Amino acid sequence: MTDGPADEAGPLLRVRGLTKHFPVRGGPVRAVDGLDFEVRAGETLGLVGESGCGKSTTGRLLVRLLEPTGGSIEFAGHDLTHAGRRHLRPLRGQLQIIFQDPYASLNPRHPVGRIIAMPLRVNRIDPPGGTRARVRELMERVGLNPEHHNRYPHEFSGGQRQRVGIARALATEPRLVVADEPVSALDVSIQAQVVNLLRRLHRDLGLALVLISHDLAVVRHLCQRVAVMYLGRIVEIGDRDDIYHRPQHPYTRALLAAVPHVGQFGPAGRLRLTGEAPTPLDPPSGCRFRTRCPRARERCAVEEPALVRRDGGGQATACHFPGPDPLPAEPVRAMA
Amino acid sequence: MSLSPAAGPVPAAIGSGGTAGPPRDRRGAGHSPGRLAWLRLRADRTALASGAALVLFLLVALAAPLIELTYGIGPRDQFQDRLDGFGLPLGRAGGVSGEHFFGLEPRLGRDIFIRLVYGLRTSLFVALAAAVLTSVIGVVLGTLAGYLGGWLDAVVTWITDLTLALPFLVVALVLPPMLTLRFYGQRDTVPAAFGVGVLIVIFAVFGWTGTARLIRGQVIALREREFVAAARASGAGPWHMLFRELLPNLRAPILVSFSLTVPQFVTGEAALSFIGVGLTEETPSFGRMIYQSLEYLQTDPAFVLFPGVVIFALVLAVNLFGDALRDALDPKSAG
Amino acid sequence: MLRFLVKRTLSAVLTLFAVSVLTFLMFFALPRDPVSGMCPRNCNPERLERVRQELGLSDPLVVQYGGYMRGVVAGRELGAAQGGHCDAPCLGWSYVNNEAVTDTLVRVLPVTLSIVVPAAVLWLLLGMGLGLVSALRRGTWVDRVAIGFSLTGASLQLYFVGAVLLLIFVYTLGWLPVPGYTSLLDDPVRWAGGLVLAWLSLALLCSANYARLFRAQLLETLGEDFVRTARAKGLPRSAVYGRHALRAAISPVITVAGLDVGAALGGTVITETTFGIHGLGRTAVDAVRAGDLPTIMATVLAAAVFVVLANMLVDLLYAAVDPRVRLG
Repeated sequence: MTDGPADEAGPLLRVRGLTKHFPVRGGPVRAVDGLDFEVRAGETLGLVGESGCGKSTTGRLLVRLLEPTGGSIEFAGHDLTHAGRRHLRPLRGQLQIIFQDPYASLNPRHPVGRIIAMPLRVNRIDPPGGTRARVRELMERVGLNPEHHNRYPHEFSGGQRQRVGIARALATEPRLVVADEPVSALDVSIQAQVVNLLRRLHRDLGLALVLISHDLAVVRHLCQRVAVMYLGRIVEIGDRDDIYHRPQHPYTRALLAAVPHVGQFGPAGRLRLTGEAPTPLDPPSGCRFRTRCPRARERCAVEEPALVRRDGGGQATACHFPGPDPLPAEPVRAMA
Repeated sequence: MSLSPAAGPVPAAIGSGGTAGPPRDRRGAGHSPGRLAWLRLRADRTALASGAALVLFLLVALAAPLIELTYGIGPRDQFQDRLDGFGLPLGRAGGVSGEHFFGLEPRLGRDIFIRLVYGLRTSLFVALAAAVLTSVIGVVLGTLAGYLGGWLDAVVTWITDLTLALPFLVVALVLPPMLTLRFYGQRDTVPAAFGVGVLIVIFAVFGWTGTARLIRGQVIALREREFVAAARASGAGPWHMLFRELLPNLRAPILVSFSLTVPQFVTGEAALSFIGVGLTEETPSFGRMIYQSLEYLQTDPAFVLFPGVVIFALVLAVNLFGDALRDALDPKSAG
Repeated sequence: MLRFLVKRTLSAVLTLFAVSVLTFLMFFALPRDPVSGMCPRNCNPERLERVRQELGLSDPLVVQYGGYMRGVVAGRELGAAQGGHCDAPCLGWSYVNNEAVTDTLVRVLPVTLSIVVPAAVLWLLLGMGLGLVSALRRGTWVDRVAIGFSLTGASLQLYFVGAVLLLIFVYTLGWLPVPGYTSLLDDPVRWAGGLVLAWLSLALLCSANYARLFRAQLLETLGEDFVRTARAKGLPRSAVYGRHALRAAISPVITVAGLDVGAALGGTVITETTFGIHGLGRTAVDAVRAGDLPTIMATVLAAAVFVVLANMLVDLLYAAVDPRVRLG
C-alpha cells in the first residue's frame, strides 16, 4: 500500500462486543466473550495471552473464517459481522491471514508459485505486469529465490515455508494482515528472521498488522499497541511501552514476570501464575482471573470489572484493584 | 473377504519386501509429491515385475481379435473330432498340442487358449469399467459428504452401512435375471453386452461405498488443514476448494482405492460367472470355465488348471502392483 | 453401557428394516410379474392365478410388505394347501419346494454354520499366527515367506483352491470322502471329514488378510510410546508383546473378523457350489434359478441378519473393552 492511510476517518478495523461461543456437549464454550478494540490503518496490534485464551479464535473471526456469535466487526467502513461469501469477496483481498503451522498451511500438491498466486486467482485479480511477475516480486520481497517458484512446499525449510505463507498473504496488497502465531512453530534461530521480515514489511508497505502470539518478546519487537487476553476477554490494552513498563493488571504483570529479560521486576516483586486457566466452558463469576489472582477480594467474585481507561491515557485495564504496587499478599486459595 | 467386493476390508498396506528407503533427490527442482512417488515406484523391483505382467495382460486383452487371427481359431470354434467317445479331449493333458496350446474343453471341444484370451478381455473390461465407475461415484459422494457434512454426510454414511449389510453375492445373483426380465421379457434373446453392463452397474452400486468412506475420511482430515482455511480466507468458492485445493490431495487415496477395487471386481466377475449368473454362456469368462471344469475334475484335471492359474496370475499381479503403488504413494506405511 | 446397548440395537433394527424394505422392493416391484418366473415351464394359467392370489400380489405394495412383516413377527395364515397357520418367524411358502420357507432355512442353516464357524476359527488362528511370526521376525526370510504366502492367498480364488484340494485329497490320494454334510450330532467324524476341505480352503484364502492386517498393527503398536515405555521399564519381551502390544493390535482384527464372518455366512455360495454342499448359499442360488421369491427374500434377509448381528457383536465387544467407545 503506497497511498497514505490517513485519508480515511476512523479506524481501519473496529471490533465491538465480539463474541464466539462453540456449542459442545455440556454447554457453549465461550472462546471469545465480548472483545472491544480498534486497529488504525498502518498500526500494529499485538494480541497476547496463554494458549486457550481465545486469541486464535479472534484471529479467525477477524478474517471471517468463523462467524461471530455476537458483537460486530467493521472493516474499512464495511460491516463484516455476518456478511456472506459474496459480500465479503471484494474485501477478502484487503484482509489476509498468516497461519501458525507452515507445514499445514501450504497445499503440498501445489508449487509455491501457484500457492502465492492463489489469492489473485481466486479473486480474479490481474496485477500490472502479470501474475508471474507479481509472484517473483513477492518472493523477492519475502526473501525467497524467485527461481524456486515451481518447487513444492516439501522442498523448503520451515522458515522458508512461512515466508511463502507471508508472500501469499501479501499477494493482494492487503491493508490488514492477521498473523496467527507466525513464528511459534519455527526454530528459535529462524524466528528472529521472520519477525524482522514482518517488521520490514510493515514499515515498507504500511500495512496494519494484528499479531497474535503468546511470545511477549515477539510482540514487543513488532507491535505499537498490545492487548492482553484472558479467558476470552481483554484484560488490558494499551501502548507497548505502557503495557511493558507500567502494567496495571495483575495478569499482565504475571505474564511479564514469567519472561526473562522482558519483565521489569526483580525476584522480590515477581508474580507467579499458579495452576491452569479455568475452562471457558464454565468461566469463574465476576472477574475471570480471580481464581489465580493474588489480589482477589470478595468484590472480584461478584462484579465483573469493566475495561476502563486510567489516567486519561490510551491504556485501559479490566481490574478492580489495578496498580503497579507489589501486593499486600493474600493467599490465592481464599477465593477459589 | 474375497467373496464379497463390497465388504472387502481395506488392510493397511504392507511392504512387499524390506527394501531401503526411496531415492530422495533434494536438489532437483520441482519434484512434486506425485513425481517422487513415481520415482519410488520405478525403483521397486516388485512393482516393475508386476507392472510388466499387468501390461502384458492388458495387451493380450486388447489384442484378442489379432491373436485370434494369428492363432487361427475362434473362441466358439468346436473341434469335436479331437474328442473321444466320452467327450474328453484326446492326447495328453487335456489335448495340449501345437495347434491347441492349452488343450480343448471336454464335450464342446472348444479351444481353451483362445477362450482364456477372450476371458481375460471380459474380465479386465468389466473390472476396469466397474472400478472407474466406482471411483467416480465414490469420489464425488465421498468428497461432498466430507466437505459439506450435514445431512448429505449422514445419508452417505447410512447408505454405506446399509450396503455393507446387504449380502452382495445373493443380491448380485438376483438382480441380473430380474433386470433381464424387466427389459427383455421372458423369451427374447438377450445381447451379451446387456449382461456385461448389468454386471458393471451392480459392481459400481455395491463398490462405491468403500471408496466414498476412504475419500470422506481424507477430506475431513484435509478440511481442517490450514491451507484450506487460507483459500477460504482469500474468498475461494466451493469449485476452487474442491477441484484446486482438495482434489489434488486426493490423488493418492483415489489410486489406492482403485488398486483395491480392481482385483475385487476381477474376483467378483469370476465368482458370479462361477455361480452361473452374470454373463451369458457364449461370453468367455474364467469363472464359468472353472465351474464347467468341476464336472471333469477327475477325468480332465487340466481343464481346471489353465483358467485357475491364469486368473490367479492376473489377480496376483494386480495385488502386487497395488501394494507397491501404495508403498510408493505413502512411504511411511512400508513395512 | 446400557444406553450404548440400546442405541446400537436400535440402529441394527433400523438397518435390518431398511434391508427388508429394499429387498422387498427389489423383488416385488421390479419385474413385470414376479410369478411368471416362479413356476416351472409347464405351468397352467389357473395355477399361476392362484399363486398370485395367495401371494396377494394385487394388493398395494405397502399392504404386501405389511403382511410379510406381520408374518415374520407374529405369524400368519397361509392357504390350506400350505399347511394353514404359519408360526411366528413366518417367511412365507415356497411353491417351488412345496414347504414353508422357515423350514427350509432351519434345514440349511446348520450346514452353513458348520462350514463357516470352524473355518473362521481356523483362519483367525492361522492368520494371526502368521502375522505374529512375521512381525516378530521382521525383515528375515520368515517374514518374507509369510508375506509371500499372504499375498498368494489373497490372490487365490476359492473355487480354484477347492478344486485343487479336491483333486489331490479326494480323487488322487483318496484320503478324504467326497465332501458333503452330515449332522454333527449324528456323526462328528463324518461331519468333519465332509467339511474339512471347505474349512481348509476358506482358511487358506481368508487368513491372508489377517496375516497382513495383524502384522501391520503389531508393527505399529510396537513402535508406540507405551510399548517402548514398557520395554524401558525392563519388562521381559514376552510380557511386553503378550500383555501390551498384542492386546492393542487385536482390536482392528476383531472388526475385520466380525465383518468377514458376517459376510461369509451370507456368502457361502461359492464354497457350497465348489464342494457340492447344500447350505444357505446354494438355497439362494437355486431359489434365484427357480424364481422362488419367498425363498430369495428369506435368504437375503437371513444373510443380512448375520452381517448386522456380527457388526453389532463387534461394536459391543469394543465397548466392553474400550470405555471411550461408549461415550462416542
